[in-house]
Amino acid sequence: MNETMPAGRQDKKAATRDAYGKTLLELGRENKDIVVLDADLSASTKTILFAKEFPDRFFDMGVAEQDMISTAAGLAACGKIAFASTFAVFGSGRAWEQVRISVAYTRLNVKIVVTHAGITTGEDGASHQANEDLAIMRVIPNLTVIVPSDAIEAEKAIRAIAAFHGPVYVRLSRLATPIINDNKDYNFQIGRGIIMREGSDATIVACGLMVSMALDAAEMLQKEGVSVRVVDLHTLKPFDKELIIRCARETGAIVTAEEHSIIGGLGGAVAEVLMENHPVPMARVGIKDMFGESGKPEELLVKYGLTPEEIAHAARSVIARKK
Amino acid sequence: MISREKIKELEAIALKIRRHIILMTCAAASGHPGGSLSAADIVTALYFYKLKHKPQDPTWPDRDRFVMSKGHAAPVLYAALAEAGYFPVSYLKTLRQLGSSLQGHIDMLSLPGIEMSTGSLGQGLSAANGMALACRLDKMSCRVICLLGDGECQEGQVWEAAMTAGHHKLDNLTAIIDRNKYQIDGKVEDIKGIEPLADKFKAFNWQVLFCDGHDMSSIISALENAEKVKGKPAVIIADTIKGKGVKFMEDNPLDYHGKAPTREEETLALECLREKESK
Ligand SMILES: Cc1ncc(C[n+]2csc(CCOP(=O)(O)OP(=O)(O)O)c2C)c(N)n1
Repeated sequence: MNETMPAGRQDKKAATRDAYGKTLLELGRENKDIVVLDADLSASTKTILFAKEFPDRFFDMGVAEQDMISTAAGLAACGKIAFASTFAVFGSGRAWEQVRISVAYTRLNVKIVVTHAGITTGEDGASHQANEDLAIMRVIPNLTVIVPSDAIEAEKAIRAIAAFHGPVYVRLSRLATPIINDNKDYNFQIGRGIIMREGSDATIVACGLMVSMALDAAEMLQKEGVSVRVVDLHTLKPFDKELIIRCARETGAIVTAEEHSIIGGLGGAVAEVLMENHPVPMARVGIKDMFGESGKPEELLVKYGLTPEEIAHAARSVIARKK
Repeated sequence: MISREKIKELEAIALKIRRHIILMTCAAASGHPGGSLSAADIVTALYFYKLKHKPQDPTWPDRDRFVMSKGHAAPVLYAALAEAGYFPVSYLKTLRQLGSSLQGHIDMLSLPGIEMSTGSLGQGLSAANGMALACRLDKMSCRVICLLGDGECQEGQVWEAAMTAGHHKLDNLTAIIDRNKYQIDGKVEDIKGIEPLADKFKAFNWQVLFCDGHDMSSIISALENAEKVKGKPAVIIADTIKGKGVKFMEDNPLDYHGKAPTREEETLALECLREKESK
């Protein structure tokens, strides 16, 4: 069952990558079969915490992402739980075919946990802003794809994937984002979306930091007398089809919100399922078909239309299209 | 020292394996005979002499690991696994058929005894490194052996992996290059030369060994010498002939990279192999 989560929101912020570093270190203490690989970005991806305590189980592969992914596969083939980290652009794009054949086709126990996804990578600019990774990872068979919405969900997700046997891609952020799951009833299950807030006029389906923005948008809309449901769809694959169809049936309109291209990611996945099962008015909030640029993360989010206002606007438009 | 009888026995097995390669690719009407035949003696030396493995217990933890990075040469590996007893020889004729475990390029999930799925060239050595690192972590005495094509050495990832193995001083790893001098579009040295190959590996901190890839005692002594190398990985550059054992394939290696023999060619090829047997 997908329970409704009262959004225990606070002003606290944390980066999902920090939660990863901390959780990985704890897991390293609990399980000696965990090994970690990085491609010269361990201070940024936070695998450095694990590296310092477990130098024998940490392999810095240097600037060689393809080699890193296939090496992780080899380690997993000998019984290790191999976490491989780098920036999202490189872990998905540069090493895509290694993920496809060495990791996914083999169903090996490799966890590709990438950081610096999306436009909020900020000042580094377009070369470093992975706005396409969900589209290209989601299409690979056997691969579980997870996008945690905050640091708490990131920690739970990392624990869940360590306990799960098989290949996983986890997308994390550089930026500290609002904590939205500080809630004792919080329960993370791979493949099960979470209703963060109930509503009846439309559903906003979001992932990553856009879940927090979707909650803000819902708040804004409520003041106008519009009731929207908010779903944290943290797992893009396996896709929680039932939940999305149910939301379409019950609320009659859907908005997706993601820090990713509107092509092929969460919006694409939701559209595929709705078209075949229960078409309703739908709008996708995300990065238009374009590259990013340098800037402060907050400025970029505004410039590229990733704001609560944009989500609220999209929600009004789909509600207006309902018959 | 390996006995003369053992050498004879291995040569006989290699011949059987060559026959299977011809029969199975002909039956499939597709597949890669040339690069399978060039590797037949090496793969025989591994599965019937060098590798610690148990066909009845393919996941035996202490087994040596063999990664066939040139995954298009699947027929030679399938033939060796069948002859070693992993599955019945009669199953070989299902190569590339719908529903068969004998996929066009090797798939570790469909067939027991296969350590890594390959087919996309360039990935196998990295995976072998991962296995060697894991075995070292677990203080296991097993060896990891990886077979690569010479054309495959044009892939950048091979050199990333070469750097990794050198850096980590993986002396539980042996790489073998099937130096048959041909790729699909032509001679390796004409398409994009990989020489000086030995110097490249030396520069990446490997010990380089050579062998005649069609001479059992030469292959075996190279494999044994590779095991004695301490503090660095070893690579054996095996001098081979693409299509080895089948005259018309040896003469036209470019025609038989990814093309199966026809029925007539099959007969001719089997005749070539029979002549070898009587010699
Ligand atoms: C990444 C990749 N690119 C292209 C191919 C297609 N391909 C299959 S075999 C081959 C030539 C390989 O040459 P070599 O490594 O010398 O193999 P051999 O001659 O031993 O068969 C190519 C290009 C492939 N399988 N993988």
